[in-house]
Amino acid sequence: MSLLVASNLSLAFGGVHAVEDVSFAVETGEIFSIIGPNGAGKTTLFNLISRIYDVDSGRIEFDGRDISRVPTHQIAELGIARTFQNTELFEQETVLRNLLIGQHVHRRTSLIEELLFLPRVRRQELDFRKDVEDVIDLLDLQHYRHQVIANLPYGVRKMVEVARALCMRPRLLLLDEPSSGLNPEETDDLAFQIEDINEELGITIIMVEHDMNLVSMTSNRVMALADGRLLAVGDPKAVQSHPDVLKAYLGD
Amino acid sequence: MEILQLLISGISQGCVYGLIALGFVLIYKATEMVNFAQGDLMMMGAFFAYTYANVLEFPFVIAVLATIATMALIGVITERLLLRPMIGEPHFSVLMLTIGLGFILRAIAGASWGNEPRSLNTPYAGGVIDLNGVILGYENLVIMIGTALLCALLYCFFRFTRLGIAMQAASQNQLAAFYVGIPVKRIYAIVWGISASISAVAGILVAPVSLIDPQMGFIGIKAFAAAIVGGFGSLPGAILGGLLIGVVEQFAGLYLPTGFSDVSAYIILLIMLLIRPQGIFATMQQKKV
Amino acid sequence: MRFVRKTHYYQDIQLFRHGGQVFWYALLGIVITGAPLVLSDFYLGELSLVFIYAIAGIGLMLLTGYTGLVSLGHAAFLAIGAYSHAWFLSQGWPFLLSLPCAMLLSALVGGVIAVPALRMTGIYLAVATLAFAIIVEQVLIHWESVTGGFRGMMVELPHVAGLELETPVYFYYFCLLILVLSLLVAINLLRSPTGRAMTAIRDSEISAESMGIHLAYTKSLAFAISAGFTGLAGGLLAHKIGYLAPDSFTLLTSIQLLLMVVVGGLGSLHGVIYGAIFIGLLPQGIAILRDYLPGIIARIPGLEPGIFGLILVLVLIYEPLGIHGRWLKIRSYFELFPLYRRATHKRQRSYLRTERLR
Repeated sequence: MSLLVASNLSLAFGGVHAVEDVSFAVETGEIFSIIGPNGAGKTTLFNLISRIYDVDSGRIEFDGRDISRVPTHQIAELGIARTFQNTELFEQETVLRNLLIGQHVHRRTSLIEELLFLPRVRRQELDFRKDVEDVIDLLDLQHYRHQVIANLPYGVRKMVEVARALCMRPRLLLLDEPSSGLNPEETDDLAFQIEDINEELGITIIMVEHDMNLVSMTSNRVMALADGRLLAVGDPKAVQSHPDVLKAYLGD
Repeated sequence: MEILQLLISGISQGCVYGLIALGFVLIYKATEMVNFAQGDLMMMGAFFAYTYANVLEFPFVIAVLATIATMALIGVITERLLLRPMIGEPHFSVLMLTIGLGFILRAIAGASWGNEPRSLNTPYAGGVIDLNGVILGYENLVIMIGTALLCALLYCFFRFTRLGIAMQAASQNQLAAFYVGIPVKRIYAIVWGISASISAVAGILVAPVSLIDPQMGFIGIKAFAAAIVGGFGSLPGAILGGLLIGVVEQFAGLYLPTGFSDVSAYIILLIMLLIRPQGIFATMQQKKV
Repeated sequence: MRFVRKTHYYQDIQLFRHGGQVFWYALLGIVITGAPLVLSDFYLGELSLVFIYAIAGIGLMLLTGYTGLVSLGHAAFLAIGAYSHAWFLSQGWPFLLSLPCAMLLSALVGGVIAVPALRMTGIYLAVATLAFAIIVEQVLIHWESVTGGFRGMMVELPHVAGLELETPVYFYYFCLLILVLSLLVAINLLRSPTGRAMTAIRDSEISAESMGIHLAYTKSLAFAISAGFTGLAGGLLAHKIGYLAPDSFTLLTSIQLLLMVVVGGLGSLHGVIYGAIFIGLLPQGIAILRDYLPGIIARIPGLEPGIFGLILVLVLIYEPLGIHGRWLKIRSYFELFPLYRRATHKRQRSYLRTERLR
């Protein structure tokens, strides 16, 4: 069954068609990559799914439910997590607190309970912490647990952002250029970690990525965009050799 | 007739708000810093004009020029001493810093000139034009003409001179501006100089209609409201916002219970922020991710 | 340098991290509780004022230091707390009902005023709060039937269960009790999900929203909580000054509150306490200073605000992290001695990029 179905999405900024009549479906459990030259509308597509932008026309269905008018903060509750192209972490907080914020959607306590820090809140905090530690173990972030984000190198920040998204225990994970700014070794590690997330945690992944190696190593299917239009969808090899895709990357 | 009379005094008061607002906007446009001490710079300008014209008895034109020059210097020095160390710090810190600066300027003015209100001698004091029963004082006329001239001058500056364009570039991206050879720091100093001279002009214009004392800078807060109503970062918006607030204040003073005139500027501000937070001329955009 | 061996996750949540902390805080507690034995009524009064400032400061710190929303109008909430408490008392309400009601009213106003402020950020919000404070000040002046206008308003003496709270010693202990409770509540908030949501908003709104944090709700909640603390402080302040007049709650008061959190150190509750001590004792310091200054300077009417301004400017330029930040640096200097390097605490500067269109 398809987890996410986007039909005829369009969005224009002024006269520029950032996304134009794009339709695709992502199946439960797969790794789905979106490729395309700069300005193709990949990140815009992410911003549409995570409801930072409103669609001009078309609809987005998640798990059979229309989400194209859902308020932004409810997207997380539905089970969609994302990372950002240039990382949007909580800079002045420690890694641990960043990850705990990722657990926000699972909070069950009311404000009054929290102000008094009743045992229920304490238990919840300990539960949160256990879940966070699981994610820390999965992504090897043990060393950075108590460090403030502002002092961390870029590669680690990227991983922290993935970890924070995982703490939401999402069903769908949107990764916006996870490998940008990483060195080749880090990118190799990333490929394995993405597969782990997909297989061990059973999370469906949509990924915007420029690194074709990473894309073909991990993805089940690939979608190519250019100038806001869909060029091709299919398995990585077929899409990469598709004449329209080659034309979009290399010019006429 | 009465309405017309109110309108005229509103416009003249609004011009003063607009002029101070111009100073705010100018600094904001070029440095993205918010200068809360703008009203106090105006107060300093008025006091210097008083010193040159009344105490030292310079001819009026010379006194005006001397005031502008003095304030430009003070603006540059302020930037060099206080604002330059703050480049790259959060906006909030800069805002707090200029609030502190305002208090310091007030204390300095109190120490130098005392707290008794003073009035500025001008060659055009007291004259009126009678337009079929509507009285227009020379002081108010000078305010309007002065504001119009200054606006035209600033418009041309930003539109046509290299320096003006460089200033805009510097505000949009410090690093990029620096790489294309714009001396960002020097530009900031110049902006503060210009902005302080504008507030000097505002001080000279407003001095004949209100009295000069260390507390007169508080109208800077109303001018700030004007700048936001107009759309922070827009020069015509600043003047328009100023005029709007000036006029509404006059009418509120006559038709509404006491007290409303004083707060009408802030009520307009809150309403504006509610219905159109970006102001009349929008200049803000959402952060991109 | 101290290393704490952690064997349970609860150690990261509890109030005191290790035995050393317990010892020092216990010592502080004993000194403060014992202070009335040695101090005169005057100094007890001054200390009570410091406690009251600290309670208001907790409110402002939660808003500005932790949620990243700047308020230039917190004196308004102080005023609402003070006036409504005084008015409730004059209507014959018991003290222990009146004070919480004043606090709730203040919180309610805070939550409501936040609604128009929600769509604004940074400077816009600061100015909106400023406008709000000026409007409140005008209301205090003109709503004479309740506030007494410029004539002011007497505050009835606080009596709790037969206890005469107006005696300096009792008042001192009462303020101390309220302060400790306030601190506890603030700490609880900060170590639970709502507090984390607030800090998330401070650091990145867009990211907070995609983590499922409701921006509008959390921001107005932060406003309400902040206004509640400040209103509570206002209620106590009403008894401290005994006679309410609009000129006790001006722009200068708001700036003083902000000065307190900035000088103390943004983003830390320790900072609130340092800042409150600083603000509470500064007027005394200036008064002493006046005796030593030459007559002409000492008689400047704007001297006190001027010195406030000067201190604010110096702190912002030389120690943006405030007293708390300086303390952390000094402590790590001794912990790392002789390996401490200045660069450890070097500030990171960022180049400015506009978020404007034109």
